[in-house]
Amino acid sequence: MTDNGSIAAATWEQVELARHPDRPYALDYIHAIFGNFFELHGDRLFGDDHAIIGGPAALDHRTVMVIAQQKGRTTAERAMRNFGMANPEGYRKALRLIRQAERFQFPVIAFVDTSGAFPGAGAEERGIAWAIAENLVALAQARVPIVTMVLGEGGSGGALGIGVGDRLLMMEHSIYSVAMPEACASILWRDIARKVEAAQALKLTAADLKRMGLADEIVPEPSGGAHNDYGMAADAAGAALRRHLATLEAVAVDRLLEERYQRYRRIGATS
Amino acid sequence: MFRPKTRYVALPSPRAGVGEEIDRLKCPKCDTSLEPARLTTSLGVCYRCGYHFRLRAPERIAMLVEPGSFHEEDQQITATDALGFKDSQPYARRIEQSRASTGVNEAVTWGEGVLAGHPLVIVCLDFAFMGGSMGAATGEKITNGIERALHRRLPLLVISASGGARMQEGMLSLMQMAKTAAALGRLGAAGIPYVSLLTDPTMGGVTASFASLADVILAEPGAMIGFAGARVIQQATYETLPEGFQTAEFLWQHGMIDLVVPRPELPAVLRQLLDLYVKNEAAKDFELEPQANASAPTPAVRG
Repeated sequence: MTDNGSIAAATWEQVELARHPDRPYALDYIHAIFGNFFELHGDRLFGDDHAIIGGPAALDHRTVMVIAQQKGRTTAERAMRNFGMANPEGYRKALRLIRQAERFQFPVIAFVDTSGAFPGAGAEERGIAWAIAENLVALAQARVPIVTMVLGEGGSGGALGIGVGDRLLMMEHSIYSVAMPEACASILWRDIARKVEAAQALKLTAADLKRMGLADEIVPEPSGGAHNDYGMAADAAGAALRRHLATLEAVAVDRLLEERYQRYRRIGATS
Repeated sequence: MFRPKTRYVALPSPRAGVGEEIDRLKCPKCDTSLEPARLTTSLGVCYRCGYHFRLRAPERIAMLVEPGSFHEEDQQITATDALGFKDSQPYARRIEQSRASTGVNEAVTWGEGVLAGHPLVIVCLDFAFMGGSMGAATGEKITNGIERALHRRLPLLVISASGGARMQEGMLSLMQMAKTAAALGRLGAAGIPYVSLLTDPTMGGVTASFASLADVILAEPGAMIGFAGARVIQQATYETLPEGFQTAEFLWQHGMIDLVVPRPELPAVLRQLLDLYVKNEAAKDFELEPQANASAPTPAVRG
């Protein structure tokens, strides 16, 4: 019981680190790793969602398409970014960028950092589930290498909506979960206060995902967490991205897509 | 998330066995006390107000396919507790209880059958088994169904009823969204038609993956369909939700589904769709250029 309690406490510490208010966000990594990032705006259907950003950027000799969930740091920016919770427009902008990346043969780099898609009436009216589902197919079929990296929080379908790819890398203190611990506690215990227990039960740390074979690599963070040294965190993230991208670029695209299919196909397979 | 009150109506069917005892039921919408026999005749639709009761997967399948034509697959596949999950009780025990109370091993039933002369693959979720939630075994069975449709070039019908992802399987559950979507991507690319029927309720990761990825999306009247639940939305935004929010009719108004179909009309609607979408079938009925194609090889679509 005590053991269980201390494991739960350690897991919760990971959750808090993943959500640390000073933690570097997507744009901090983007500006540190890439040159010449040009942000594209709008889904060409309804609006521009500031919770998901993206555009072409230079990584060494090549252009990549960056798609990222972006949280805000100041109160005003948090509101502008909707706390990193995207509406359908964000996912449809991402879809636009995925298609564009395919057209120009830019590899896709996706940075995940969201507690989930935005639970709002407007999001439902404009088909948030439809937008996410469509991205799952588009990412599964995109004929370019895709590397996904979880920076802080990976929350539910909202994370997966930009999170399907050939590699899943996780920053050391990031988390990725079917539901945020608060939501899980509310659903299973009908008591949000059980969030610490829920966090432990969900197996949501980077180490958990690596153990389950879902994450390919854990990217080390500076001592105490990425917020202690942005440069060091970005260097480690950049190095991991370059290494995995180089491997994927050497694979013929048909094989790449077959391997991507099998990567998901075998999760939960019975034979 | 899952409403504890169950509103199932068990209908006699070739698979379930005729003559099951159904107590006098009360319609949750109009409060009418319903006669089981009449409710059975009306396919589980309240004959007073049109309320559609939830159905078990075998009943739904039996309503649609030609008698004796359905061959279930993967009956033995069952959920496993990969994470050692425990909430108020261990997940392993929940699985056992669900299996005992529902008589099935998972929240989905699939197989091949014949509907209006068309062989097809039917995948049907069962809300009675842990709220129809999608765990790894659920996702595996759904994907097996999709892949069968792909390999046999058969049209696919998926009937959804689910609260969403299964919390107790954590990320293994979430990844079933990607798995089923990837399989449907292949089905779509192969030009094989997929019809999705959304029934009460279809929520969360199920709506945000296979359920909404169809060529034609149908829904039952009054079915609750969405991503986030109304309670979650209200807690997060304090918004006043509009009348009929997240009902099938609301989604139709917003352009998310093609048609709201009352249960008794479903077989005719599916027949029409299959006639139109299954290659060579629509053309055959119109007898286009019968002589010109006389020497062409017989299409292999019909079984």
